[in-house]
Amino acid sequence: MIPSAFTYERVHTVDEALASLAANPEAKLIAGGHSLLPLMKMRLAAPAALVDIQAIRNLHGVREVDGQVVIGALTTHAEISAHPVVRSLLPALAEAAAQIGDLQVRNRGTIGGNLAHADPSSDLPAVALAYNATLRGLSPAGEFALPADGFFLGPLTTAMPEGAVLTEIAFDVPPAGTQSVYQKVPHPASGYAVVGVAAVIGTDENGCFNYVRIGVTGAGDVAYRAVAAEAALMGQPPTDEAIQAAAGHAAEDGVMGEDLYASADYRAHLVQVHTARAIRRALP
Amino acid sequence: MSATVFGSQVKRREDPRFITGRGRYTDDVQLPGMLYAAILRSPHAHARIASIDTSKAAQLPGVVRVYTGADLQDRMGTIPTAWLPPESDIKTVAHPALAVDTVRYVGDGVAMVVATDRYTARDALDQIHVRYEVLQAVAEQELAMAPGAPQLHADAPNNIAFHWKVGNATDEVFAQAEVVVRHRIRQQRLVPNPMEPRASAAQYDPSTGELTVWVTSQNPHIHRFILSGVLGVPEHKLRVVATDVGGGFGAKIAVYPDEALVGFAARDLGRPVKWTEDRREHFLATTHGRDQVEDIELAGTRDGTLTAIRVKALANMGAYLSTAAPGVPTILFGLIVPGPYQIPYAGADVYGVFTNTTPTDAYRGAGRPEATYLLERMVDLFAREIGMDPVEVRRKNLIPKDAFPYHNAMGLEYDSGDYHRALNRALEMAGYADFRARQQQLRAAGRYVGVGCTTYVEICGLGPSQVAGAVGFQGGLWESSTVRVHPSGKVTVFTGASPHGQGEETTFAQIVASKLHIPVEDIEVIHGDTARIAMGWGTYGSRTTPVGGSALAVATDRVIEKAKKIAAHMLEVSEADVEFVDGSFQAKGAPQRRASFQDVTLQAYLAWNLPAGVEPGLEASAFYDPANFTYSFGTHLCMVEVDAETGDVTIDRYIAVDDCGRVINPMIAEGQVHGGIVQGIGQALYEGAVYDDQAQLLTGTWMDYAMPKARFFPNFETAFTETPSPHNPLGVKGIGETGTIAATPTVVNAVLDALAPFGVREIPMPLTPQRVWQAIQNGREAE
Repeated sequence: MIPSAFTYERVHTVDEALASLAANPEAKLIAGGHSLLPLMKMRLAAPAALVDIQAIRNLHGVREVDGQVVIGALTTHAEISAHPVVRSLLPALAEAAAQIGDLQVRNRGTIGGNLAHADPSSDLPAVALAYNATLRGLSPAGEFALPADGFFLGPLTTAMPEGAVLTEIAFDVPPAGTQSVYQKVPHPASGYAVVGVAAVIGTDENGCFNYVRIGVTGAGDVAYRAVAAEAALMGQPPTDEAIQAAAGHAAEDGVMGEDLYASADYRAHLVQVHTARAIRRALP
Repeated sequence: MSATVFGSQVKRREDPRFITGRGRYTDDVQLPGMLYAAILRSPHAHARIASIDTSKAAQLPGVVRVYTGADLQDRMGTIPTAWLPPESDIKTVAHPALAVDTVRYVGDGVAMVVATDRYTARDALDQIHVRYEVLQAVAEQELAMAPGAPQLHADAPNNIAFHWKVGNATDEVFAQAEVVVRHRIRQQRLVPNPMEPRASAAQYDPSTGELTVWVTSQNPHIHRFILSGVLGVPEHKLRVVATDVGGGFGAKIAVYPDEALVGFAARDLGRPVKWTEDRREHFLATTHGRDQVEDIELAGTRDGTLTAIRVKALANMGAYLSTAAPGVPTILFGLIVPGPYQIPYAGADVYGVFTNTTPTDAYRGAGRPEATYLLERMVDLFAREIGMDPVEVRRKNLIPKDAFPYHNAMGLEYDSGDYHRALNRALEMAGYADFRARQQQLRAAGRYVGVGCTTYVEICGLGPSQVAGAVGFQGGLWESSTVRVHPSGKVTVFTGASPHGQGEETTFAQIVASKLHIPVEDIEVIHGDTARIAMGWGTYGSRTTPVGGSALAVATDRVIEKAKKIAAHMLEVSEADVEFVDGSFQAKGAPQRRASFQDVTLQAYLAWNLPAGVEPGLEASAFYDPANFTYSFGTHLCMVEVDAETGDVTIDRYIAVDDCGRVINPMIAEGQVHGGIVQGIGQALYEGAVYDDQAQLLTGTWMDYAMPKARFFPNFETAFTETPSPHNPLGVKGIGETGTIAATPTVVNAVLDALAPFGVREIPMPLTPQRVWQAIQNGREAE
């Protein structure tokens, strides 16, 4: 559990980080380190250089801007799950952040590191998809802003440009009256999501669904939006049958993965069951 | 004895140092000039070593030496096996500390680097180039015995390590039986995972020729005995220290290649050397537990009487025979197969099989959980077959309390018991009858709750040395103790047992305090150092208190006996007229004539005026060999709810009633039960080592191998009944393994009870949600 040798540099601004990455193509950014370091200790990753961005002050914190909640990339899971703005406006994010790893991980791990690392079993991608998040940052070519939908390309792979620094994540505050939840099946060993479902649900004056966004993580190589289930639910009355029927489509937009713990069939089943449970839990 | 100390909840005296980071573990040993070892382990399960090139590694700055198997084969002995079951045709194959020409499991040692720091040592491993010729590998015992299977050892045809049989259950008995239930059970392989990984440090003093080895051991004297032979260092020049050991669960009984290598290198290089495994290495190179495939037959009558049980078991031994390994699936398993029931006929037929996997050995319970699991599962299947409540089947067949001492079908003599009392107590705590009624209502509402029951008996207090010899254990199983009273009346106690988390620094002090009527604080318990304790056999097999504690009781009585002589002389009365009351020696009938314990101890050392023939000093030793094993027992009950939609199992209640004879410290006993239950449920629901068909371990980290976590469990409801052991001076039995033994079948029985409406008879362990869900699906399809 001893990593290969690497150099370490602490930077204090995003520009310094960009310069370090440009100077050393072998370098990796490190924030909380709770995704990268375990890989390094197993020697599954062996970056020659680590650029530590934790000291960049303006990447911390939560603020409300024009119908969005903008969270600095270095904000920790513990800060997010306890933050009153997140808890009131993005409750599914608070719920998900509170279930990541253990206390130590939540105190060190950051939202930006988590999303940029793009572990397919990570909790936050489901939430980012459900809240229509935008991931912003700087690359050698300038600023970028990428929607969560399309950001996650595969295991540990994102649409971020090479040599870039993720700086903040902007979440759309869902329309008033909507409810949002995060429903998770944790792996009993790793604590990662075997399946995680984030659902943002709104209903009209007749109780019929008029706002539905569902993000699914853990089920396969990459988190996805359950578009077919969303479409099936829109306009429906909040009956058990309608929810069940819509949730039956929740695995269609993803490619189910398989491991020792859960087969693809079982995962698909869990996605459907927990999508239905998430929707029911989100009903007023 | 003073009722206030013996039997009271004295807080664990060892915990302040453990929980404030002041423990003295092996990895804490830090010596001037220390070097650090790292071991290169085979990435292949089975391969011939064509060549090893260590030249690049040797040139790395900071690397002091690189050893290979070829370097060492003529310079140190091989790693022996120390349990040879009789009449089993056992093949004690050679186990070199580093593989010489063939590697036989992923993790087998290939080379060792010794360097000035552990980072360099680790980096150097990547610079060793080994050319392997990969051979076919086999991970499963059934496949390993099949014709055409890869052969691990030339001297073990068909990979059969041993074949051992016991019992009186004949074909005829089963042919004539009214009801026979047959079933196959797989006891999956488990990885012990104590919190402290294995480690070893060694220092050689060339001026005296003394080698000191610090090692994570449950039995430092066994380590000294075996390492002496492997390293060729005479026992009086070899000191083994295992002061604080952070859990073992059986995995620290074995003498491993690693500590032999560290000892060798320290002497060879003339500098201290330390090695500490990392968790990944632990998964690969520390012994695993369980791993049996069992075919079982249970016979009985329609009215619920059990008449015979027999099992054919294939035990996966891994690539080599670890120190105690052959005794686990034989003696510790086969002899207890009939369990707590009056079953006149029983049999066990066991094959030990070599495979290309990490060697197996004792793991908490060691053989007894396997026996209990199969029996308790079979009793439930039998109950279902004849349409009787499983608790009633148990009640009907439990050995009645007036039948003790009871001889089971294998010849074991159960010392004492009141099995029905424990059963009744557990049923009462659980509200069993009410639960059954509620279960019917909930089922009607589509909710699946179940209750599981285990009644068990355990062989513990290992054990009479004569029996140890007769069953092939290459050692004695008595225990030693020395009680040294200092002039001021303070006491140092030395024990040959080697507690590593079980709390005997507290309970042993309670034993002495209750006899001498002195405060627990006045007593220091010393263990785990061969330089301070003459001899001992260590801590395993729930033996520490029944055997080590009894040795201590005997030695303490000897101290009192001598002190009485001195007191009589001081009080000018005859020895027969002195009694020891509440910490004072007093003349019978004239209690005003008295001498305190401290007065007497002081006089013992001043020796100005001792009675004729009495030597100065106050110290006594005892080498206590128990007359019998001792048999703890109890009843565990568990209530679960299964989410039929997902297969998730929730444990609603867990009730444990255990009887370990007289309880010295209820809090510590309860703690042992809690930990045991958690480990037992770990096997039932979460844990399982999985190899692929190339014998690569797929569950090699805590990311894939699920250890039980506190949040998985409800509060446990525990209670004790006390049926003293009649043959040891304290009336005690063992408690360290009961939870693990009972919990696994209890929980599995509960889940299968919950799923009875689906006709589910078996789910392989661990009962993961997917497996439970699949079983429900299959059951629904069958309907």
